[in-house]
Amino acid sequence: MLYREAGQFKTTYAADQQLFPIRQDRIGVITLLLIAFIGVPLFASEYWFSAILIPFLIFFLAALGLNILTGYAGQLSLGSAAFMAVGAYAAYNFQLRIEGIPILISFLCGGLTAAAVGILFGLPSLRIKGFYLAVATLAAQFFIVWCLTKFPWLSNNSSSGVISTQQLIIFGHELKTPTEKYLLVLSIVVVLALAAKNLVRSSTGRAWMAVRDMDVAASVIGIRLMPTKLLAFAISSFYCGVAGALYAFCYLGSVEPDGFSLDMSFKILFMIIIGGVGSIMGSFLGAAFILLLPILLDVLLPFFAGLFGLPFSSATVSHIQILIFGALIMFFLIVEPHGLARLWQITKEKLRLWPFPH
Amino acid sequence: MNFFFEVLIGGLLSGVMYALVALGFVMIYKASGVFNFAQGAMVYLAALSVVGCMEKGAPLWLAVILAFAIMTLFGIATEKFVLRKLVNQPPIALFMATIGLAFFIEGLAPMIFGSEPRALDVGIVDEPIEYILENFNMVISRFDLVAALVASVLVATLALFFQYTRIGRALRAVADDHQAALSIGIPLQNIWAIVWGVAGFVALVAGMMWGARNGVQFALTFTALKALPVLILGGFTSVPGAIVGGLIIGASEKLAEIYIPPVMQNLFGGNFGGIEGWFPYVLALLFLLVRPEGLFGEKHIDRV
Repeated sequence: MLYREAGQFKTTYAADQQLFPIRQDRIGVITLLLIAFIGVPLFASEYWFSAILIPFLIFFLAALGLNILTGYAGQLSLGSAAFMAVGAYAAYNFQLRIEGIPILISFLCGGLTAAAVGILFGLPSLRIKGFYLAVATLAAQFFIVWCLTKFPWLSNNSSSGVISTQQLIIFGHELKTPTEKYLLVLSIVVVLALAAKNLVRSSTGRAWMAVRDMDVAASVIGIRLMPTKLLAFAISSFYCGVAGALYAFCYLGSVEPDGFSLDMSFKILFMIIIGGVGSIMGSFLGAAFILLLPILLDVLLPFFAGLFGLPFSSATVSHIQILIFGALIMFFLIVEPHGLARLWQITKEKLRLWPFPH
Repeated sequence: MNFFFEVLIGGLLSGVMYALVALGFVMIYKASGVFNFAQGAMVYLAALSVVGCMEKGAPLWLAVILAFAIMTLFGIATEKFVLRKLVNQPPIALFMATIGLAFFIEGLAPMIFGSEPRALDVGIVDEPIEYILENFNMVISRFDLVAALVASVLVATLALFFQYTRIGRALRAVADDHQAALSIGIPLQNIWAIVWGVAGFVALVAGMMWGARNGVQFALTFTALKALPVLILGGFTSVPGAIVGGLIIGASEKLAEIYIPPVMQNLFGGNFGGIEGWFPYVLALLFLLVRPEGLFGEKHIDRV
């Protein structure tokens, strides 16, 4: 009744090609954005901003980057955290070494540097596929983190490569409070997410999907594999790089290379698998799920332990957390291999007919 | 020159240890097409079970048998509750499931057996062999040599098992073509359970060797990361590939660790140790550019 596109006629090309063709979707997105930009800052506490919302948005961006590469272009990568590290360190160095460069420009440059590194490590994808490629991207993961630790120039000669990021100054105004940082991250993420949504339905996005489904067939129908794959690597790394820069500047403030570990790469991969491979919405839902789950377990486990009178040590609790995390991932893969995005899609289809399904 | 050979032999012997872990990957990939990321966690679980049983008072032989029972049960349970439900899913879903499995084990094993690092004594001393030390002036660890022997015996046994037993033939048939194997009456699910059991056994051997050498601790799960470049170098589907790949990776990694950092230090200044962490990956990557399916991997033919 509410969610039905019947009667929404498109009379111009512009109307036909808009990003959200269904009116209810547009209203939904605008409402969500209004809540995010105005509603949340009014009500959320500082803890919510700095511990949940900011990392959630940043990981959503990183997951989006990986989803472009793995979900749309079909190239499995286990090195996304390394590209985040490149973005973070590049942005730091641009701020440090170029006098008076605006912070947004250095984020952009950080993303571009990550894109360049991404192209370099994407080159093997022209020859190798599947799991061989996945293992090859591990080379990027280990090599980049090692480089950032061992070349002191990259971290301005600080010990073991720890960097403390510069102040966030935008148009002469310094962002200090979590609310301001949240709004900055949110604006960047919204712009990039809409760009990604637009990109994946363009000819580039369709070429990626053709390569994903079968690259030999794609090259037979005239898609040039090399530019297509490398572009996927570049754009994916750009997203990861910007996410990394935001992670360093807006979330932690001080990062070390080892922080961008393989575990983090896996976390981002989990987000897109649980959320839904090949779906923008999926990255969003997956990031929320993977980030909120440990927090939820943190709260629930001691509660249940108290309920049953079991004396859990903190080590046991952390082990149970890992165990439940692993079990839930397997559970989700078995129950819904296409991820949360698929559940969302099913809901929408049900909504179309609701409340008269016949 | 003596020093070079010492490093080379040390590297080859440690490469055998990598190959031990890589074998477990190959077994499962060959038979079910699953890239089992949980192999490292299984190594950890196996080593912990042995140590845990010994702490409860069991002698070594009993502990090993008990650990083998645990690994087999675990393998069968994995097959029954996870993989069977994911038949016909894309390989990436199966891969992710094994990462979930790895997390599951990493939480479960220390919960049962305790997480503090412990030593595992299998009765071999880690000291240089005197004969070689005296005559050739090289330090070759006795332990490494025993580990290499164990690995060779294991590989030979596996090769014989694959080649000459009924189950081995069935395994090879399943590896070749799932559907064809099913249609001539090979019970696919039993075969998978057996494969996971055998992989558990390989993990047990690897876990005991690694555990005796470095202590039984959480770092054992990272052995999987050492085995991955070995795998892509040797090819995912080849048992000899795992061995040869292990030897190449082990030797080149140790040589690189000795000879590359001084060169880089001359060029850039500063400390460049720890090349071991990434060198095998870069080496394997460069190698893949020449042979995309690894040394002994099956050549992949794409059909549209």
